[in-house]
Amino acid sequence: MMLQSVPSISPGPLLKVDDLVVEYPVGPKIVHAVSGVSLQIARGETLGLVGESGCGKSTLGRAVLQLRRPTAGRVLFDGQDLTEMHGEALRRMRQRVQLIFQDPIASLNPRRKIGDIVAEPLVIAGVKDPEKRKQLVYEMLSAVGLDPTLVVGRLPHEFSGGQCQRICIARALVLNPEFIVCDEPVSALDVSIRAQILNLLEEMKGRFGLTLLFIAHDLAVVKAVSDRVAVMYLGRLCEVGPSEQLFAKPAHPYTALLIEAIPVPDPDVRPTETVPVGEPPSPIAPPSGCRFRTRCPRADQRCSDEMPELRAVAPGQLVACHHPLI
Amino acid sequence: MTGNSLLSVEDVTVNLPTPRGNLRAVDHVDLTVGAGRTLGVVGESGCGKTMLSRAILQLLPKKAKLSGRVMFDRQDLLRLSPEKLRKLRGRSLAVVFQDPMTSLNPVLTIGTQLIETLQEHLELDDAAATRRSVELLAAVGIPAPEQRLAQYPHQLSGGMRQRVAIAIALSCEPKLLIADEPTTALDVTIQAQILDLLAREQRRRHMAMIIITHDLGVVAGRTDEVAVMYAGRVVERAPTPDLFKKMRMPYTEALLAALPRLDAAPHTPLPAISGRPPDPTRPLRGCSFAPRCRYAVARCQAEKPALEAAETSAHQFACFHPIEAHAGADV
Repeated sequence: MMLQSVPSISPGPLLKVDDLVVEYPVGPKIVHAVSGVSLQIARGETLGLVGESGCGKSTLGRAVLQLRRPTAGRVLFDGQDLTEMHGEALRRMRQRVQLIFQDPIASLNPRRKIGDIVAEPLVIAGVKDPEKRKQLVYEMLSAVGLDPTLVVGRLPHEFSGGQCQRICIARALVLNPEFIVCDEPVSALDVSIRAQILNLLEEMKGRFGLTLLFIAHDLAVVKAVSDRVAVMYLGRLCEVGPSEQLFAKPAHPYTALLIEAIPVPDPDVRPTETVPVGEPPSPIAPPSGCRFRTRCPRADQRCSDEMPELRAVAPGQLVACHHPLI
Repeated sequence: MTGNSLLSVEDVTVNLPTPRGNLRAVDHVDLTVGAGRTLGVVGESGCGKTMLSRAILQLLPKKAKLSGRVMFDRQDLLRLSPEKLRKLRGRSLAVVFQDPMTSLNPVLTIGTQLIETLQEHLELDDAAATRRSVELLAAVGIPAPEQRLAQYPHQLSGGMRQRVAIAIALSCEPKLLIADEPTTALDVTIQAQILDLLAREQRRRHMAMIIITHDLGVVAGRTDEVAVMYAGRVVERAPTPDLFKKMRMPYTEALLAALPRLDAAPHTPLPAISGRPPDPTRPLRGCSFAPRCRYAVARCQAEKPALEAAETSAHQFACFHPIEAHAGADV
């Protein structure tokens, strides 16, 4: 099962992101997609990353994997700075980190057979023996709940969205990586299929000892799989904390707003109409000070003058707010 | 039931010819919506909920074959001339689709699209139509409505575009609004705002509404009645509080159980529904949910259960082994 690269086990977090900045030009303007984000993920941990569309969560995920090179900051994976790596060294490192995308059908080449799609990472990693490749592909397809003999010769369009996501997971796991960025892996799937895929990810995580960065906009989905959750708004982290604690006692007004906005499948819970109107401002011209202040019921002068830094409000719980709820 | 209902869908079946054979998208569906009432239609992709809404709107693909009857406002929609239908749609029968980017015309300004709709159905001069457009945009919560009239859809965010689509739908005071996954493409905070907006406008205008969604959470607090669809059929139908209090159809129960819950601890395995919906071009003889149902017995494979009421006439379900009958035996 194991491939040639034997990871060095260093103490400390598997992933450490330090003051990461991602900016890119759109015409004459600059999009401030990620503005100084720092976070850590311990070995075997799942960190959930939530936020609305455009908050920079996907950009952050890609910048971690160096699929988009950050403007500034460091990404330490197992003690090594990925932002400094190039060429062959980066390619070798990429065998240890993988990405699972939102749209499982679009992320599979429609003209290639499933067997070839799942074997592709092995080819790139230099596994030359076709028999060995076949064995690894078969093992991984079985692990994600597909029958390899029925699947390898077929094309992606013959499969449903849920099955395509299983294939994507098999492809991501075939190199036996340590760390996976899951970018909205279930948001394109139906409720009944979503639960299957979430359970599969949990099972794979346990079985292969994975560490996950799980990006999603759905808080309930994130809570179901995450040990800790980070909430992102307009390029910055608002709050980070252990899942249970964060959902029970959110400290940031934005976290509270997100939790309140989730429709509850219970007719006795009347939807509250307290959700503030308005939408996130543009990341091209983010507000001064706290970026959430334009939608925040607690905002005052200080919030526009001074950018709040992350600080501890409870054990393990950090919040970037001048007027936290706890 | 036809007597006082605004809309009644009677034994509607939609067949679509496909290269793989006939696809029965909607299978003998009966539904009614009274004036000012809200019906939620819940189901996963491919269950036929969108085809049902298109059958009501008479906007089915050309090749589709529809049988049954759709009565709206005492008119049989299947017998109306195309001209009369067009007058009706947009006037007393309006629709909001999932993706406002595709339902709005990208090369026309917001103002042109609103004014066009208003002038098509109501006799308004340019000044009156413009005034009314500004009022409508303000009513759906769009800031600086006068300036928006000159903007194009791509200049607005997804949430703002959906507000414009709602403004156009509401422009001629419809009697029934069909909202087909109106918030699926939107963020959760925007979703809450749009659902609140729809509820507020509905109350104010005493308009009937059908909310089509895959999310039981969306219908829970916001509908009077819910119909759950699976494989083209309505498999359970009940007043909303009754449905959530006492689900009878195993599919409804499984659908609710499969939702990740905020009150569950992290890493709790979800009770997923195994397998996937049946191929709609290969209809099953028995209950369509039987292959995935943990209560299924031989009879479920052989015979199709009818949608019937049990203790209360309002709560109907299509199941030989409704939940509760199992309550003691099931472990």
